[in-house]
Amino acid sequence: MASAAQRRIKSISYAKYGYIFILPFFLVYFFFQLWPLINTFIVSFHGNGANVNDFVGFENYKVLLFGGGRREAAISKTFFNSFGNTLILWIGNFIPQIALSLSLAVWFTEANLKIPGKEFFKIVMYLPNIITAASVAVLFLQLCGQSETNPGAVNQILNKLGIVGYDAASKKYDVVPLIEGTTQSRVMVMFIQTWLWFGNTMIMLMSGIQGINPSLFEAASIDGATSGQVFRKITLPLLSPILSYTLVTSMIGGLQMFDIPYLFHNGQIVNKDLKTIAVLIYEYFHAQADENKMGYAGAASVLLFFVTLVLGCIAFYMTRDKDAAAKKKQRRKMAKQLKKESKQFGGFSI
Amino acid sequence: MSKMKSVYGEPKDNYSAKLRTKSIILTIWFIFLTVICLLPIYILLVNATRTHAQIAVSFSAIPGSNLVNNFKTLANDSNFKLAYDALNGYKNSIFITVCSTFLTVFFSALTAYGMHVYDFKLKDISYTIVLLVMMIPMQVTSAGFVSFMAQIGLTNTYWPLIIPAVAAPSVVYFMRSYMQSSFSLSIVEAARIDGCSEFRTFVSIAIPMMKPAIAVQAIFAFIASWNNFYTPNMILINVKLKEKTLPMMVSALQSSDKLKDYGAIYCAIALSIVPIVIAYVFLSKFIIAGVALGGVKE
Repeated sequence: MASAAQRRIKSISYAKYGYIFILPFFLVYFFFQLWPLINTFIVSFHGNGANVNDFVGFENYKVLLFGGGRREAAISKTFFNSFGNTLILWIGNFIPQIALSLSLAVWFTEANLKIPGKEFFKIVMYLPNIITAASVAVLFLQLCGQSETNPGAVNQILNKLGIVGYDAASKKYDVVPLIEGTTQSRVMVMFIQTWLWFGNTMIMLMSGIQGINPSLFEAASIDGATSGQVFRKITLPLLSPILSYTLVTSMIGGLQMFDIPYLFHNGQIVNKDLKTIAVLIYEYFHAQADENKMGYAGAASVLLFFVTLVLGCIAFYMTRDKDAAAKKKQRRKMAKQLKKESKQFGGFSI
Repeated sequence: MSKMKSVYGEPKDNYSAKLRTKSIILTIWFIFLTVICLLPIYILLVNATRTHAQIAVSFSAIPGSNLVNNFKTLANDSNFKLAYDALNGYKNSIFITVCSTFLTVFFSALTAYGMHVYDFKLKDISYTIVLLVMMIPMQVTSAGFVSFMAQIGLTNTYWPLIIPAVAAPSVVYFMRSYMQSSFSLSIVEAARIDGCSEFRTFVSIAIPMMKPAIAVQAIFAFIASWNNFYTPNMILINVKLKEKTLPMMVSALQSSDKLKDYGAIYCAIALSIVPIVIAYVFLSKFIIAGVALGGVKE
């Protein structure tokens, strides 16, 4: 990196500029992200409501994980329910999403298919991803309206298709409870999440497929492989690092699912079948003054943090630069050996 | 010849016919998905132009003529005035978004430049830290974030929404990867020989050379900040309506029982979605290329 002249004149060093340039990032990171993280840990060891300043040790964790008295048992139950809801909503949105995106990515990259307007399709399918999630939630809430006298557009369309009945005498629709029903509301949230994210996943997988050496596909087609065989024997194995990366990032994203489940309900109270862990944490610390459950919020966040940490480590391991890591290891080994040898000769290097 | 035919069939015709059928079926499937993607937005736009009564009676694919009245309801109805104020919403959202986008791209480029160009002891460690913290989601730190902001009295201000944009690990990662592939250090040395100061080298040589990466990341930072509902909702606990951001106002439409005019509600939602859709139509090529770039993490 440094030129020969620079190496001879040791007095010129630009190292301090390196520190100056990266300082703002680390300062802000420390105050606005690292300290809040540590503070979350501190908060999790303190009390709730009016006792926010009392140290209580692992009490909050105990309540969240094992319950205790009647009131504590209810909190513990809500906590596990929220974890369950998060898991259900995530699985229900990930499976259709990955199936849809993977098949679309394969079809879009298949060179011998003649599909007009590929670019247009890609652009349209990515569109939902850039729209404000809060607006999307309110929009779908309007579309799914389940009032018997004036239902939303979805129920009206179902009525035209003959699925939803209409009683002309009382002027009432036999609506599907898309907002309040347990299964229906979950399916709606899964649908919205898939609708929002499949375009993004598709484009990521597509760039992964385009990174595969094209001569492999060529060789396969010369050997007479069907498109199903090409998919199973070439695309899928070579795409697996990116697929598993997508899986892990989607899991971490799923743990943070907030906007849609938080807003998808009528009135003031969040639908308990949609209450994800992020919504729970938010409700705990957002309550006013003496009713807040800061300690529980902190403890739930810390538990969430460890789950994310494990997932993040997996992602980090899967996407690291394997060649660079191996080279570094080798270099370190050589340096060690050199040191050892120089010691053998009384510290003189030969 | 005839024997070959019996074994292999009509290879050429058969193959292309199959391909043609497959292409047609797939095109139909893609058109179907396109309709699914656009239908909610289309219904939104149509219903924004219809009256409450029309929306309640039946669904229609043809726009109505009530758009202006819906606007007037939105602006003048006292219940809507309490929950929704589009002009101030735009103003606040644009202010926060522009500031944080600028901070994100500028300081990320600066950090990436510092890590790429200079040799210092903590270089590798600092880069590893950036990679490690990339995965920590906002939701995990939010309890501590809010209580810390309350302690130093920054809740109900815009500072906690803008300043944290300086530290965006994933953008730093992206910019550093970009620099490694297309920024040669000999340019920096040439600038030094010509007597250019280090900071000036960054501003007038490195930034222009990194324009493509900066553009892509600026678009994504802008969208992320514009769409952010979680952080503002958590920090701006009790501010006046005219200080709220646009997503907060839209979400308020959902919880109020007093808003009865569906046409005006659709109109309010459309106001929050349409600008970003229009921007997307012009920038879609950039955005999709950017997503594809970010996807290759091998």
